[in-house]
Amino acid sequence: MNLLSGNFVDPLTWLCLDWILLLAAGWLLIGVAGVFALRRLTLVARVLFPVGGVFGLALSGLALHSLGAPSEVAVLPIGLPGLPFHFRLDSLSAFFLMLIGSVAAGVSAFAAGYFRKGEGTPPGLLALEYHIFLASMVLVVLADDAYAFMVMWESMALASFFLVTANHRIVEIQRAGYLYLLVAHIGAIGILLCFGVLQANTGDYTFANMRAQQLSPFWASTAFLLALFGFGAKAGIVPLHVWLPEAHPAAPSPVSALLSGVMLKTAIYGVLRIFFDLLASPIWWWGLLLLAVGLATALFGVVFAAVQVDMKRLLAYSSIENIGLLFSGIGLTLLFSAHDMPPMAALALTAVLYHALGHAFFKSLLFVGTGAVLHATGERNLGKLGGLIRSMPWVAWVTLIGVLASAGLPPLGGFVSEWLLLQSFLFAPGLPSALLDMLIPVAAALIALVAALAGYTMVKFFGVIFLGQPREEKLARAHDAGSWERLGMAWLVGGCVVLGLFPVQLIALIDPLTRTLVGAGLAETAGDAGWLLVPVAIERASYGPVIFLLGVAGSFALAFLLVRLLYHGRLRRAAPWDCGYPWQNARMQDTAEGFGQPIRQIFEPFLRMQRELPTPFDAEPRYRVSVGDHFWHWLYLPLARIVDRLASLIGLLQQGRIAVYLLYSFVTLIAVLLVVKQ
Amino acid sequence: MTWLGVVSQLLEIVLALLLAPLLGGWINQWRAWLQNRSAPALLQPYRTLHKLFNKESVLAEHASPLFRGAPYIVFGCMALASAIIPTLSTDLPLSPAADAIALVGLFAFARVFISLAAMDVGTSFGTLGARREMLIGFLAEPALLMVLFSASLISKSTSLTTIVETLAHRDLTIYPSLAFAGVAFTMVSLAENARVPVDNPATHLELTMIHEALILEYSGRHLALLEWAASLKLFAYSCIGLALFFPWGIAEAQAPLALLLAMPVLILKLAIGGVLLALLETLSAKMRIFRVPEFLATAFLLAVIGMLVNILVRA
Repeated sequence: MNLLSGNFVDPLTWLCLDWILLLAAGWLLIGVAGVFALRRLTLVARVLFPVGGVFGLALSGLALHSLGAPSEVAVLPIGLPGLPFHFRLDSLSAFFLMLIGSVAAGVSAFAAGYFRKGEGTPPGLLALEYHIFLASMVLVVLADDAYAFMVMWESMALASFFLVTANHRIVEIQRAGYLYLLVAHIGAIGILLCFGVLQANTGDYTFANMRAQQLSPFWASTAFLLALFGFGAKAGIVPLHVWLPEAHPAAPSPVSALLSGVMLKTAIYGVLRIFFDLLASPIWWWGLLLLAVGLATALFGVVFAAVQVDMKRLLAYSSIENIGLLFSGIGLTLLFSAHDMPPMAALALTAVLYHALGHAFFKSLLFVGTGAVLHATGERNLGKLGGLIRSMPWVAWVTLIGVLASAGLPPLGGFVSEWLLLQSFLFAPGLPSALLDMLIPVAAALIALVAALAGYTMVKFFGVIFLGQPREEKLARAHDAGSWERLGMAWLVGGCVVLGLFPVQLIALIDPLTRTLVGAGLAETAGDAGWLLVPVAIERASYGPVIFLLGVAGSFALAFLLVRLLYHGRLRRAAPWDCGYPWQNARMQDTAEGFGQPIRQIFEPFLRMQRELPTPFDAEPRYRVSVGDHFWHWLYLPLARIVDRLASLIGLLQQGRIAVYLLYSFVTLIAVLLVVKQ
Repeated sequence: MTWLGVVSQLLEIVLALLLAPLLGGWINQWRAWLQNRSAPALLQPYRTLHKLFNKESVLAEHASPLFRGAPYIVFGCMALASAIIPTLSTDLPLSPAADAIALVGLFAFARVFISLAAMDVGTSFGTLGARREMLIGFLAEPALLMVLFSASLISKSTSLTTIVETLAHRDLTIYPSLAFAGVAFTMVSLAENARVPVDNPATHLELTMIHEALILEYSGRHLALLEWAASLKLFAYSCIGLALFFPWGIAEAQAPLALLLAMPVLILKLAIGGVLLALLETLSAKMRIFRVPEFLATAFLLAVIGMLVNILVRA
């Protein structure tokens, strides 16, 4: 590191890592500045958040620059004596830094226009928590020893906890925050123990030492399971997902965007770092386990997303689905790696990384879109929204692009990663194990089912919020997003479009990363055919999003022109057809519950449903349906009861009288003396 | 990209656009004959399209631009789909831009837009139609993908032209995996094209309709485009079926003669397929909407079994 050891006067000699650490420090400074401007909303919103956004842009530029560069290391003499913080910038961290920086830029711009007066935590404090959150995510990704990693991981969890509970006077938000904090810490214990196993009794907790250790299969598998538990709790894999649909919707929308879009990806980073970097040689059943867990998570997430009636909860469940897809891709990568098939592993890993990036953009976009809707209407409940495309067209059209990307439709970003993932499943029959060969098509079928259900969910999400007639009077007066909000959304939507149209160029950027992790890359075949994405050979598969878009747009334009030229453009506006029943109103439209009904019927065993049906004699008939989670009732509540019972047993010791405590001390003393004497 | 490739590409698009309504007319004629009715003229679909194009469009007062744009988008998607499926020749310049997975994505794209447009006006029927269309879609789409994957596993490729070339050169034996895939594909095509037993193209019975509920608010040129797109979709599905299960006769060589020969072969195959579809529709009864998920789940499972069989016996 030049900044501390060498010539730090001349910025030209600084390494990328120095600049990135400087940017993280800059974010921290912005946060501190927020403390001094605690209640001055204009200052916080118009200066601090935009500057933070610019830092995000700079971060993504620097990370992009260092994606293919050799790794850089730094040791900062802060932390405990004898335990300095080690940092390292390699391709893996550079990729995730790019993700954090680019998404944070858009979300910060949106946040500049989002926060208003009188929403729980004062704006200056929110700026502090927000920027500590960003900086700690950067440092998590850069950390090169277990100590620094855990410190940053915990500050990330704490900062995000305070952000989640920004509206801390609402009881549900308090509960959501508590649950989040609890699961985050149980997960952190898993990660800590994993590092303990990885250092193999050497007492040296640097990642360099862990990389050098040759663990026996037993200990390697132990480390694998601990890491899966720890990072899985952060990512929200089934059955550790229960906090996610509570905590993500509870936060203010820009924070939800960061939680779902970016923070979940730090868990993916951790998984990749440990499975492919620190644990050098994977065992095949790890991949199978990850694949199974990932598929279960994806299916669970998408089914629950389809039956939600709260727009932010719907998106949170959709994040669980995407995390499942990412985990199944990582599982497939591990399977290929364990069977020594680097080109296939590179294909699957590219799909994972691409999907991580794509999900970061479209999910952040959708969350900030719900934020704009929430501001304009004050409503999160899908049953009270509708018709907003007419009062807030700008948000509607931008969200539509996010919805298309999220539904995995060509030519947008979500489709590219889905396409690559399905391609890697199709190549799987080369695996030398008959059992795996048989399981892979079933897995591919599940992926296809999940993708199709995601389309269903997204049509419901967009259709119920933005289309149809307003279900409430006040919705007609909703206002479109402000200019800062538009700027942020435009940046995020730009990301979705670029990811969709230029996969060849972007995969060339990811190439050095897959080369270091699994020993092969896609770049030379992918770039061969110019604008066509060719993962292996052009006879096997190819996809050209730009030609695809031009094809659809061209036939659209041609059809439009021909119809106009050959016929006419006569148009008349009239009331919609009312089937001869003139008393129809907006409440008679299909609802979000109605749209979820087929899914509830088909997947009934998955869901814990409670229904109240009206009888013909009710004066005010009411229909109520609530969908609960089996895991919560079968796993978490019994667990909580056991903990409660144990705690009350231990509570017997606490009599609250000083004589009893003196007795305890006395007995302990006697016991110790007895032991020492022998 | 050769000049012949460009010619066959253009020929394919034009042929699809022109023949698609004719295929619909042919099927309707046969349905009428099989049901002892006097049949409408073969060219009736063209007359209907012409009539609709000439009429003015009546738009709901609060319909958004999405509603007006959707017919063009759906029509564009279906035109592009018929361009990338090898029907006449495997030498198509547009084909590398989209493989089998992207083709399924293209159909999904069209479906999402028509469903959103149906929700736009906010009448009960439109939204109900959108919900049912998406219900059929989310079950049919993975099934179609699995059918295509069965063929992909045989030819070790997802590129449609490679699949057709490989399958056309195999021995004249029945692949067990393709047999499963064929049954699944037939079921999926019936559902996706709103045919009996899933939906009835001739009905306007409010409680059962799916496709008609979706397009209930459309009129004039918008309706014409949607009707044309629907017939293009049927044409495209028929061509996928022909390309996967009866790929013989599609031109591969760079020869104009083969291209010329491919045309009558295609028309013959489509004519036979149309008769079979009419027979199938006449012989089956429409099922309740609640039974449709079972029907499509069966198709999905059959397609997955097809893939498994392929891996088990490598054929």
